[in-house]
Amino acid sequence: MTGGNGQATFEFTAENKAVAEKIIAKYPQGRQASAVMPLLDLAQKQNGGWLNVPAIEMVAAMLDMPYIRAYEVATFYTMYHLEPVGKHVVEICTTTPCWLRNCGEVERACRDVLGIDYGETTPDGLFTLHEVECLGACVNAPMVSIDREYYEDLDYDSTKQVLEAFKRGEKPRAGPQVDRQTSAPVGGATTLVKSGGGA
Amino acid sequence: MLRDEDRIFTNLYGQESWNLDAARKRGDWDGTKEILARGRDEIIKEMKDSGLRGRGGAGFPTGLKWSFMPKEKSDRPAYLVVNADEGEPGTCKDRDMMRHDPHKLVEGCLVAGFAMGACAAYIYIRGEFAQEADNLEGAIAEAYEAGLIGKNACGSGYDFDVYVHRGAGAYICGEETALIESLEGKKGQPRLKPPFPANVGVWGCPTTVNNVESIAVAPTILRRGGAWFAGIGRPNNTGTKVFCISGHVNKPCNVEEEMGIPMRELIERHAGGVRGGWDNLLAVIPGGASVPLLPKSICDDVLMDFDSLKAVQSGLGTAAVVVMDKSTDVVKAIARLSKFYKHESCGQCTPCREGTGWMWRVMERLVTGNARAEEIDLLLEVTKQVEGHTICALGDAAAWPIQGLIRHFRPEIEQRIATYQKQAAE
Repeated sequence: MTGGNGQATFEFTAENKAVAEKIIAKYPQGRQASAVMPLLDLAQKQNGGWLNVPAIEMVAAMLDMPYIRAYEVATFYTMYHLEPVGKHVVEICTTTPCWLRNCGEVERACRDVLGIDYGETTPDGLFTLHEVECLGACVNAPMVSIDREYYEDLDYDSTKQVLEAFKRGEKPRAGPQVDRQTSAPVGGATTLVKSGGGA
Repeated sequence: MLRDEDRIFTNLYGQESWNLDAARKRGDWDGTKEILARGRDEIIKEMKDSGLRGRGGAGFPTGLKWSFMPKEKSDRPAYLVVNADEGEPGTCKDRDMMRHDPHKLVEGCLVAGFAMGACAAYIYIRGEFAQEADNLEGAIAEAYEAGLIGKNACGSGYDFDVYVHRGAGAYICGEETALIESLEGKKGQPRLKPPFPANVGVWGCPTTVNNVESIAVAPTILRRGGAWFAGIGRPNNTGTKVFCISGHVNKPCNVEEEMGIPMRELIERHAGGVRGGWDNLLAVIPGGASVPLLPKSICDDVLMDFDSLKAVQSGLGTAAVVVMDKSTDVVKAIARLSKFYKHESCGQCTPCREGTGWMWRVMERLVTGNARAEEIDLLLEVTKQVEGHTICALGDAAAWPIQGLIRHFRPEIEQRIATYQKQAAE
């Protein structure tokens, strides 16, 4: 069987093989199937951000589990991409807390800068855009995840700036894009202002 | 208001480093060996005395849950599994604990695991939390290095391992048996109970699944005493709680507060108040997407705890307060949640698999008013058909927000239908 990119086989690099073995060792003997999720993730990273059939086959064989079980896992969880993706994967959260904070403007900025719709990849192969469900950063809404880093407290302009920086090959600073310390209120915390204390 | 001296998460915002040195200065890993020396029964008793109720949403007493684990040693090892698959819309508290205060969780794993006779803890963290998982793994590596976990943890003579398992994007894995299935390397589809995880959990072994916050507060409770924790909040609703305040407030934030704080005080003191003032409030979802919303009239004086919110037909859930001001299209806000549940249904039970899609499609029509008035009752009836008829609570979670909407905003829905019909007739 060959994958979408014509590769007939897939092997972990020596480095990733060592990582995979360390992962498998986390689980009790005979329970190596538990490592299927992290190993698929590792294979996906090595394979340029997506999983082809040979990669899934290799992981299944490595864990001594039927291919179909590994395939089931690869199709069940949304973070496995079964088609090629761009260099940067942009995921916009549009669930209610982000929607209330106007994620529509973030969507508009993504469309304007990237010129693509959800599920599409830019012709230069630089960006893939996805709509996702709640990413768990609701007090910093609206937000996007780019290459698994969170860019938060966005509006149209800051989203545009972040994406354009990626376009230029830069890596913009993740986290809140307004003046704010992580999940503390804008303008400063209302608690622990003296600092220190605690148990 | 909670005094700063009583706050557990003193590095909630990452003002300081998450690493071991900084954590020790904040009081973590202080006298852990002595805590373990008190023995399993004494630790569980202290946790019961604290009145701590599970922080993942259901509010089950934590000490009692730990006591369900087998007391006798058997050939089957026991496991603690920490549910860090935070994904309930509105909720982002565990994230802060893991990225900024991970040693609280690692130490909590040891004391909780010891109390329940577990040999290891697996922390199941949602895959999207990559930085958070990195910090957590960093803290675990430090703890091993310092002899705090691993063989002879803290010099207690007890061997205990802590591992991180990263998820890959599935809300359903926040359900404890789906999480166990996922940890075994399968699709995250919930199991029928019984058997309960305390008897047959991960890999067929006794397992307790606890939320991050429930485990992370345990060491502080054991250091300061159950009575201290129980003295905060209200009877049966004790302790401190990290609240997430999102939506239409001036300053969305996470904050640790006293259980039972009035909702209005929580929002006005910490989140800068409702955008446009309290009178501009339309409704609040008080405990994450799964709980029914509350109109302003109830929000005016409701307290933020399990029993107070249950009394008004909602719930504390994960204490994720989603605020909606009067500019909100409330039907659309709930319809978006219906879409969320449709997307996240694992597809195992027919009422949920089919019902979530059906409910979402009707909700979308109610947004525009393209429906018949009778369909409101039909929708309500369908929510009742889904609720309680599925293996796990996702079906209930999909039903409740719609029930809350119809309970409190029925005239709004009816008006949209009337307007739509009038326009169609013209």
